[in-house]
Amino acid sequence: MMLKTFHGGVHPNDMKAPTAGKPIVELDPSKEMVYPMTQHIGAPATPIVNVGDYVFAGQKIAEAGGFVSACIHSAVSGTVKAIEKRMHPNGLMVNSIVIEDDEQDKVCPDLKGCGDYTKLTPKEIIDVIKEAGIVGLGGATFPTHVKLSPPPEANIDYVIINGAECEPYLTSDYRSMLEIPEQIIGGLKIVMHIFGLKEGYIGIEDNKELAIETMIAVASKVKDVSIHVVPLKTKYPQGGEKQLINAITGRKVGPGQLPWQVGAIVCNVDTSRAIYQAVTRGLPVMTRIVTTGGDCVKNPGNYKVRIGTTLSSVYEQTGGFVKEPAKVIMGGPMMGMALPNLDVPAIKGTSGLLAFGEEAAHGFEENACLRCGKCVYACPMRLLPNKLDEAARIDDFKALEKLNIVDCIECGSCAYSCPSKRRQVQQIKVAKDKLRAAQQRSK
Amino acid sequence: MDNLLVVSHSPHISGKNTVRRTMLDVIIALIPAFIAGVLVFGYRAAVVTVTCVLSCVIFEWLWNKIMKKPTTVGDLSAIVTGMLLAFNVPVTLPLWMVVIGAFFAIVIVKQFFGGIGHNFMNPALAARAFLLASWALAMTTWVAPHTAVPLWNTADVVTSATPLAAYAGTEGTVQQLPSYLDLFLGNVGGCIGETSALAILIGGIYLLARKVIKLRVPLTYLATVALGTWIFAGHDGLFTGDALYQILAGGVMLGAFFMATDYTTTPYTPVGQIIFGIGCGVITVLIRVWGGYPEGCSYSILLMNIVTPLIDRVTAPKRYGASKRRKEAKA
Repeated sequence: MMLKTFHGGVHPNDMKAPTAGKPIVELDPSKEMVYPMTQHIGAPATPIVNVGDYVFAGQKIAEAGGFVSACIHSAVSGTVKAIEKRMHPNGLMVNSIVIEDDEQDKVCPDLKGCGDYTKLTPKEIIDVIKEAGIVGLGGATFPTHVKLSPPPEANIDYVIINGAECEPYLTSDYRSMLEIPEQIIGGLKIVMHIFGLKEGYIGIEDNKELAIETMIAVASKVKDVSIHVVPLKTKYPQGGEKQLINAITGRKVGPGQLPWQVGAIVCNVDTSRAIYQAVTRGLPVMTRIVTTGGDCVKNPGNYKVRIGTTLSSVYEQTGGFVKEPAKVIMGGPMMGMALPNLDVPAIKGTSGLLAFGEEAAHGFEENACLRCGKCVYACPMRLLPNKLDEAARIDDFKALEKLNIVDCIECGSCAYSCPSKRRQVQQIKVAKDKLRAAQQRSK
Repeated sequence: MDNLLVVSHSPHISGKNTVRRTMLDVIIALIPAFIAGVLVFGYRAAVVTVTCVLSCVIFEWLWNKIMKKPTTVGDLSAIVTGMLLAFNVPVTLPLWMVVIGAFFAIVIVKQFFGGIGHNFMNPALAARAFLLASWALAMTTWVAPHTAVPLWNTADVVTSATPLAAYAGTEGTVQQLPSYLDLFLGNVGGCIGETSALAILIGGIYLLARKVIKLRVPLTYLATVALGTWIFAGHDGLFTGDALYQILAGGVMLGAFFMATDYTTTPYTPVGQIIFGIGCGVITVLIRVWGGYPEGCSYSILLMNIVTPLIDRVTAPKRYGASKRRKEAKA
């Protein structure tokens, strides 16, 4: 059978074996929990608690700072110790709420499910999702209530759960699909209900056979609506939103377009789980599954981590390191973010924590471009990474725009495939920032 | 934690492919042709090849030293150039000419334009063209297979025609054409590395299997030469040419698999590669059928090298999702 997929991409070693068989283990929160006000794409959230306040677990502590924003909840009960600038995993100092855990886990009494959600209007369900602070938990962290509110002219006919998990090392979505498949399909059914659809899709790469089998078994028991589990070719970036939509629907999200414009809505596995828990139990985003890996960790595995837990506490509870890490990545190795230190908290987008030693931490030396074209074949967006790289190094903004730099999804397939070890995507990212700055100046 | 963590943009991992590995693959792929060259033309083929490779490496190293640049010998590309240049000269070529050819390839064609990745012509082929223009007689002194060629003073050897020259009827004498089997195995006169189609195919298949090259260029190139010579190269009018003979004889096999697939001097877009292959084929046929020269492979590739940037520009991939608005078409 020809598996569904997209054009381009690369085949990194998936490195999932060490953690694929590790069931999810719940970790304790750290004594001090830190909640940065930016854990999502969009405007920062606004604190609604004051220093000294007592908060319950699940209590909202920050309100969304606009439509494209998300609210934030405390994952522990305790006292607000400070509202101050703390280091965000991205290295910037960001306004954060610091809560001291009282280890009582007193749950907020307001949390309750909506009962039969099929009685609710789409607007009401989306409000529940918004109040739960749900964002794209695959790592992109785009506010889910925004995604689920396309303009009225949108004609959504595909709702897709992204179970591709194409990043090497990460197995958190895989474990969720094995351990809580009902919740994931439950979330999908809620999204289908919002758009009045009778069919829904789950895309899973074919290296996760067990997950495919499990999801098919659960999906076959679903009544009234039909859930299609679609096995996809194992190829990076199969879980890229545009690539996944292309693989499953055959449609292409064009330049400047959003998925709803081709009739598709995509949610990550963990996002679907969060939607289910928010709607049926009233639970906001308080935890997420994190895969730890890399050659430095003692016990690679999958852990249920409360948002706000400091990463040093995560490592203390999981056995720490076998050797001193030189680079720690939040997310996957292809698109994840290198952390400044381990005193930063786990946030909503923390899908993985990978610690690498000295050898793996430093990139290779760059050589001259051979014009081999490997980056051109690898680019899933059909760009010319070699030319973008060339133009980015000399700040040729005109050329960059002509080469459609805005289309770049920053998947890193170009740099991965390059025999000369050039850093095309890194140059593109820097150039994008410079372009944005130049455009702002000219306004 | 006392140590500072390394912070850098993603991706944090890289594929195993390196320039060195790629060049090593090409070297491995050239070894069957080297063995065939030594078997057909004797030990002097090995002497010429080793001289050429060593000269190329030394010139590359010297250039780096003189220009105070980091040495690029380690990427092995100079060895590839040396082997390809040696494979493109007759076994009788005086060794000092081999050294001059190596100098031209490495210093003038490659390093003057910025070194690896920046030359606009294939260094080995440009050097061959240079040698041919400078010492036409020495570059067209062909010997029959298994002729004993002295190390020095090669001018006195008994010469013979190459299979292509024999086919075209140039060089005066009417000769018995070699069999397909001899052509396939390489048991004919010609340049050191070009005679054995079998050896080149083994190397070509290795490169394809290792994904160093794509089949697009060799296939379109050889197909165009076959079609063109079948139509035009016959002695009894149109459609009487011996296409198989034309592909097996001369340098097109070596050119198609090893020189027209050179990364730096050929297009990287898939469509561009097809245009490049067809273009090389058309020029080869033009030279072979109507030109005054029985070969034509190296000039065809050199000429197409020059238009490569243009081909890349006009065949750039279409913007993702820009062509069709499926949703609108559906509505």
